Amino acid sequence: MELNAQRNLVHQTRDARRSKSFPKLSPAERDSLIKKYHPDHRAHAYRPIKFGPNAGQLTVTEVATLLEGESPVPADLDLTPEYSVDVLVVGGGGAGCASALHAHAQGANVLLATKLRLGDSNSVMAQGGMQIAVAPDDSPVQHFLDTLKGGHMKNDHQLLKVMVEEGPSIAKWLLELGVLFDRDADGNLHVKKGGGSSKARLLTCSDYTGLEIMRVLKDEVLNQKIPLLEFVAAVELLSDVKGACTGAVLKDLDNNRYVVVAAKTVILATGGIGRLHIQGFPTSNHYGATGDALVLAYRLGVPLVQIDTFQYHPSGGVYPEQLVGALVTEGIRSEGGHLVNATGERFVNELDTRDVVSSSIIRECEEGRGVRTPSGRVGVWLDTPLLDVEHGPGTLDKHFPAMVRQYERYQVDIRKDPVLIYPTLHYQNGGVKIDVNGETPVANLFVAGEASGGLHGRNRLMGNSLLDLMVFGKRTGTLAAERAKSLPKSSLTLEHLKQFRAEAKRHHVSAGVISPMVLPAYTKK
Amino acid sequence: MSDTLNKENSPAQEGGLQPKMVTVEIEGKRFQVPAGITLIKALWYTGQDVIRGVGCLGGFCGACATYYRTKDDPKVKTCLACSMAVEDGMSFSFMPAFPARKALYNLLELKDPKQDLFELYPEAPLCRNCNACTEACPQHIDVREGVWKAVFGDFKAVSEMFMDCVMCGMCAPVCIADIAPNLVALYASRAQGAHFTEKPEGLSKRIQEISDGRFQQEWDRILKLSDAELQDATASTN
Repeated sequence: MELNAQRNLVHQTRDARRSKSFPKLSPAERDSLIKKYHPDHRAHAYRPIKFGPNAGQLTVTEVATLLEGESPVPADLDLTPEYSVDVLVVGGGGAGCASALHAHAQGANVLLATKLRLGDSNSVMAQGGMQIAVAPDDSPVQHFLDTLKGGHMKNDHQLLKVMVEEGPSIAKWLLELGVLFDRDADGNLHVKKGGGSSKARLLTCSDYTGLEIMRVLKDEVLNQKIPLLEFVAAVELLSDVKGACTGAVLKDLDNNRYVVVAAKTVILATGGIGRLHIQGFPTSNHYGATGDALVLAYRLGVPLVQIDTFQYHPSGGVYPEQLVGALVTEGIRSEGGHLVNATGERFVNELDTRDVVSSSIIRECEEGRGVRTPSGRVGVWLDTPLLDVEHGPGTLDKHFPAMVRQYERYQVDIRKDPVLIYPTLHYQNGGVKIDVNGETPVANLFVAGEASGGLHGRNRLMGNSLLDLMVFGKRTGTLAAERAKSLPKSSLTLEHLKQFRAEAKRHHVSAGVISPMVLPAYTKK
Repeated sequence: MSDTLNKENSPAQEGGLQPKMVTVEIEGKRFQVPAGITLIKALWYTGQDVIRGVGCLGGFCGACATYYRTKDDPKVKTCLACSMAVEDGMSFSFMPAFPARKALYNLLELKDPKQDLFELYPEAPLCRNCNACTEACPQHIDVREGVWKAVFGDFKAVSEMFMDCVMCGMCAPVCIADIAPNLVALYASRAQGAHFTEKPEGLSKRIQEISDGRFQQEWDRILKLSDAELQDATASTN
């Protein structure tokens, strides 16, 4: 059937669909759906890691290969530092900016290095909002329980408790910096309901929440005159004789020179892995989402947790071709948008957790109820015009200006027509092992944000990422600065790398893959 | 990585239609690329290593600010290269980093933000109404109007108008009065949030409740539960 005819079916079935509700699945039904259709359960995509702290554990081939990869840094590199600082922050997204600001506020001498520009990140794209339990009928405990349920009960309780309890004070900090959250008529913070949450808890800045927060944080980093190195990537960490982290080797991408930084403490805030295109999935992630912190920390002997689970966001673009993989905000479903298959029917409760909704979309498409695009991709409809029907004309314009604009560029009017979507690789659920202060088992090495693991269990609840960044940005920045005060200068060695290379040799890992990847290899040679 | 390469470059998947090729001019040099791919993908397709000029790839970070012109049209327009498709006869070049001056300020210590604007950005009231900034905005913000609103102290309007601003900075190079409108607007928006917006009472109350230990009993109860009991506790929540 032509795409237009398929599209008409969505219009024709809208009224009938409106009058019916779609029940949520029972825990047993959820489990069996996920086991059968979620990409995390495709055994052929996984293999054991050959050596290192997670030796023998399964992860996707793309990640395992990078973890076992070869460092680009020569063993005899001159380690005379070009910079000597208290706190080195690697990464310029939400977690990096937050940790740099908090470390600076403690009086530390901070250096922030990022391989893109300050702020070019996934954080800037976060549209759905930020979960914080501020509503009178809500509580941090309820937030804890919702997150746990979303994470399949596998979340680290200590990390999670810290995040939900510190949420309100984070909202206060952001308001003081001038972030303009949406408000109710009485001046209180407006809250929206998100998928998998029992209460309306999402703080939003229309559908530009991440952009608004990042505009402000970037500006504040500049106002505080925190030294920056842009287009400079971290490619190796440095350690002292006891194995503690003492700095990093960076690489200036403009001239390919190494830059050695002596740092009393290092905070890795390099984000996730979307650009590894795990299992061939398109991704919603930014250009630099190549899992660099996983590799850097692993080579220094830090274990990773839940590194076998990834989030495939239910609504990645499928059509037009330019929007393949790009995120269609969850807010559309939060406000009542239906998912509709090729036969004009709903097939899941749209407010179920991301893993459930994604699995159900994959099921529809694999069982022949998907809609095929002219270029051969398959997806299901997201009924956007329904929002204007349900909540009155202008709803999409008012609540989803970014999405209206995103599609308008390609002559698609989401107010008039539904859009086609399919799951897109979105988030690394696990990551580097940390404690409640964001410190890894290796002394003086901290990790904040998506690069860290444990907090989100096996499926991150929507809206918890922005909060994660801010809470653990604050905790790592504050403690790293505090710690640096009492630490003497230490030695800079590549001793850990020597050991790692010996291990690789013992396990017959063939050279050839250099990691971290830093940027994806999209250039046609 | 060849699969990855295909995923990002090829507009068609196996079994799909073969793409039509179009001729474009990138930084003054002609190339053949598949019709319909984004300007960024055209760079990769033509074998160029890209370090600068790419960021979120989702239309939000402003890293890929680009000038382009379509066939036979004298008008040079602006776009975000991640969110614009190539067409036959198109010419485009990336905007270099533009050295606009950002004023440094301590937001919380500002005494009179609406007046302080003239100290921090003395060029702001010198707008000569040429409207080039508005025409340069890939987000279709009425930038010129926004600068005037800022000058007249209507920071609330500025903050609303510039919520779409991705800070690409394309409004700055075209300004004949040397204003960087995006930076003026960011200042006004932050000042609006920090100085002219009500503090939400509910939030202060919640922070107080947490520090008073109001949820302690519930925490004690919840954190003692076994995994199975926790599962039951969450099952009934939504």
